[in-house]
Amino acid sequence: MISEKAEEILEALWIQTVENKEKTADLSSLCASDSDEALKELLDKKLIKQGKNGFRLAGDGEAAARDVVRRHRLAERMLTDVLNIQDASVHESACKFEHVLHKGVDEAICTMLGHPKTCPHGTPIPPGKCCLKKAKVGDVRVVGALAELRAGEKGKIAYIQASSRENLNKMMAMGVLPGNTIQLLQNFPSYLFKVGNSQFAVDALIAREIFVRIEQ
Amino acid sequence: MALPEKILIVGTPNVGKSVIFNALTGRYATVSNYPGTTVDVFRGPCKICGNAYEIIDTPGMYSLVPVTEEERVSRTILLKEKARVVIHVIDGKNLERMLPFTLQLIDAGLPVVLVLNIMDEAERLDIKIDAAKLSKELGLPVILAAGALNRGIKELKDAIDSYEPSKASTFPLDSRIEKFVSDNTGLLKKNYGVAERLMLLWLLQEDPEVTALVKAKEPAVFKKLAAARKTLSGKYKDHMSYALALLRQKRATIISGKCELSPEKPRLLAEEALSRLTMHPFFGLVILVLVLLVVYLVVGVFGSKICVDYIENNIFGVYIIPPITRFVEAVFPWVAVQDLLVHDYGIFSLGIRYSFAIILPIVSLFFFMFAIIEDSGYLPRLAMLIDKIFKMMGLSGRAVIPMVLGLGCDTMATIVTRTLPSLRERVIATFLLALAIPCSAQLGLIMGLLSANIMMFLVWFGAIFLIFMVVGWLSAKILPGEAPVFFIEVPPLRFPKVKNLVIKTYTRLEWYLKEVIPMFILVSLLIWAGRLTGLFQLAMKALNYPVKWIGLPEKTSEAFLYGFFRRDYGAAGLRDMAGSLTHNQLVVALVTITLFLPCVAQFIVMVKERGIKTGLYISALVLVIAFASGYALNELLNILRITL
Repeated sequence: MISEKAEEILEALWIQTVENKEKTADLSSLCASDSDEALKELLDKKLIKQGKNGFRLAGDGEAAARDVVRRHRLAERMLTDVLNIQDASVHESACKFEHVLHKGVDEAICTMLGHPKTCPHGTPIPPGKCCLKKAKVGDVRVVGALAELRAGEKGKIAYIQASSRENLNKMMAMGVLPGNTIQLLQNFPSYLFKVGNSQFAVDALIAREIFVRIEQ
Repeated sequence: MALPEKILIVGTPNVGKSVIFNALTGRYATVSNYPGTTVDVFRGPCKICGNAYEIIDTPGMYSLVPVTEEERVSRTILLKEKARVVIHVIDGKNLERMLPFTLQLIDAGLPVVLVLNIMDEAERLDIKIDAAKLSKELGLPVILAAGALNRGIKELKDAIDSYEPSKASTFPLDSRIEKFVSDNTGLLKKNYGVAERLMLLWLLQEDPEVTALVKAKEPAVFKKLAAARKTLSGKYKDHMSYALALLRQKRATIISGKCELSPEKPRLLAEEALSRLTMHPFFGLVILVLVLLVVYLVVGVFGSKICVDYIENNIFGVYIIPPITRFVEAVFPWVAVQDLLVHDYGIFSLGIRYSFAIILPIVSLFFFMFAIIEDSGYLPRLAMLIDKIFKMMGLSGRAVIPMVLGLGCDTMATIVTRTLPSLRERVIATFLLALAIPCSAQLGLIMGLLSANIMMFLVWFGAIFLIFMVVGWLSAKILPGEAPVFFIEVPPLRFPKVKNLVIKTYTRLEWYLKEVIPMFILVSLLIWAGRLTGLFQLAMKALNYPVKWIGLPEKTSEAFLYGFFRRDYGAAGLRDMAGSLTHNQLVVALVTITLFLPCVAQFIVMVKERGIKTGLYISALVLVIAFASGYALNELLNILRITL
C-alpha cells in the first residue's frame, strides 16, 4: 500500500505524461513541502524515476497510476449518477473516494455503474478487468447501458455517451435525452425500447451509448 | 392575378402530415404506416372560406437541423416558401417529445398552427390534452384532430382562415445563450427567410449549411459571430446542439406537464401483444413466413395461375385478339402493317395482351396486398427483425423498407432509398434493387410458372437469395465507408382502412399503367422496325451466345431481348414458351431474367438519383452477374445430375 499523497502524485503524473502526452510532468500544483516524503516513498518503491527534466513513471508505476485515475473517475461517475451531485464538489469528493476504492471495490462500483467509459467531464475512464467480463446474475446495477438491461427493465436516462455527432442527432430525434423515462422491451434480434408513448428499434451500437438509471 | 397564398405542412415522420394534406386538398398523397412514406414535396390547391391557397406537404423531419436528404429538402422549402401559415402536425400521444420542434418553429418566427393529430389513439390511451391551455401557453392556435377520421379538419380550416399574423413570443433557453442572442441581434443584415434568433442559434450549433451561407454572404459579420460562438460553446461540456436540445426538452416537459393529463400506469392495448409477437425472435419469423405464404397464395396462385390463365385464354384468346386480328387483316392488306398491330409481336397481340391480360391482374393484387402490409405498420417491425442480417450487407434494417417496396415496383423503391442515411447505403440498396429484387409483375409471373413444382420454386428462390446475400456482402466489403447505424420508429399496429387501401392501389396502378403502356407500344414498334431492317435478327444472334452458354435454346433470346426493356416482359416472354423448355432450363432462364437489367424506367430513376456513372456501372455489373449466375446454376445442375 502506498500513501494517499503518493497516489495523488501518481495520478497527476499519469494524466500529464500518459494522457496528455507531455514530455515532463509539472508537479507544482501539488503542495511541494509535504510531497517530499511521498516522492521519496515512490522513488524507493521504484514506481517513479527522477530524470533531468523532472519525474516520470517507471516500472509498475504506470499501472498503479492508471488505477488511481480509474478510481477517481469512477468515483466522480458514482457521485453524479447515483447520488445526483451535480456541482464542483464532485471533483473534490472524488479525490477522497479514490483512495478507498481498493481491491475489487472499484470493480463492484464499475459494474454497478454499467462500466462507464467516461467521467462526467467527458475524459475517458481507463477500463478495468471487470469491463471485459460478461454480466453475472446477482450483479448489483444502478446505472447500466441500455444494451445491458434485461427486457422489461426501465428507468430514467442518466446520460448519453454518443460516439459521433450523427448518433447524437439520432438520439435527439428519438427523444432519448437525460431525464426521460425509458423502458427496454426486447433485446434480440434488435433492441426495442419505449420512450414516452413511442417505440423505437435500435442496434447494439446505439443501445450501448444510452445509460439508464435502473428503477428497481 | 395574385398567386394563392401558401400553407406548409411540417412535422416529425409518421404523424399523418399527408392525411392532413389529403383532407385539405381532396387530392391523394400516399399515406402509410411507416416513417418516410413521403419522400417528395407535394403541392395541391385548396379553397378555404372562398380564398384560394396552395398546400405544400413535406417529408418528415425530426428537427430544424437536418440529418437526412429529405429533411434537408423540407427545411429548404420551409425557408424558401413565404407561407401564410405553417401547420405543425404532431402525434397527440407524444406531445412532450414533439413540442421541442414547435419551439424551434417559434424561434424561427414562423406563423405556426399546431395540430395534435391521431387524437383517437391518444384517447384510447386515456391521454387528455387541454388544447385551450396549450394554445395560451404557446401563443398560437392549437387544433385537436384525427385526420384519418376527418376530425378537426373544419377547425383547422377556420384557424387558417382567421389566422392573425402575430409574433408568438419565444421561450428563453438559458441566460448565457439568451445573452449571446441579444448581444448579436442586428448584426446579420441579409434576409435569410427566418428570424434572426434562429439564425444565431443555428450558427451556435455550427449547422454546416447555415454556416457556409452566412460566411459567403456576410464574411465580416460571420467572423465576429464565429468568435462569439467559440467563447460561448467553450463554456458547455456538450456540443451546442445537444445543449439546446436539452434546454428545449426541459421547456417542453414543463409545458406538456401543464396541459396534458396521462394515466399513471399506461394502459396496455390488446394490439400491443400482437405487436410484440411480430418482433419475437421465433414467432416473428413464423409470422413472416405466414405473411409471405398469404402473398404467394393470393398473387402467385390465385392471381398468376387462376386469374391470368382465365383472362388470357378465355377472354383475350377468344373475344379480343382473334376479332382484332381478323379486323386488321381485313382492313390492312399490307403484311408490314398487320405485323405492327397483330401477329406474334404486334401492339395488340404482344403489348396490350402482356399489359392487360398478364401484368395488370398480377400487379393489382400485389399492390393491394402491399397496401395492407404498409398500412398495418408491419414494415418497421420487419426492419427490427432483420437488421442483423442486413448489417452483413452494409445495410441497416431500415433498408428493408425500400427492399420490400421493390417487390412491388423497383422504380418507386429506388426513389425511396433516399430515406437511407448514408450514400454508401443508398448505393448498395440501389444496386441490390437493380439486381436481385424482382418487381411484382415479374415475381407474380415467376411464381405462377413455378407453382406447379415446389422444387423448382425452391431452387429459384435459393439461388436469388444466395446471390442477394453474396453480392450484398461483397459490395459492403468493396465500398468504403462506415458501418451503418440502425434506428427506426416502430409505430403502433393499425387496422388498414379499406378506403385508403383502394385509393393507394388505384393511384399506384394508374402510375404504373401510364408508365407501362407506352413502353409496351414502344417495344412492339421497335421490334417491328427491327424486323423490317434486320436489326432484330442481328440482336437475337448476338444474344444467342450468352443464351446458349447458359444452356438455353436459341429462341429464349427473344425473351431476354424483351428483358432489356422490362424484366417482366422477359418473364412474360418465357411464359409464352415455357411449354417447350425442360424444368432445368426454365429455372435457369428465370434466375437469369430475375437478375437481369431493370426496366428502362428504373434505369432512368437510378441515373437521376445516383448519377450517370453509378447508373452505368450498376447496369453493366447486373448484366454480367445475371449471365454468370445462370451459367453457374446450369453447370451445377448438370454436374450434380439434378433433373427438376
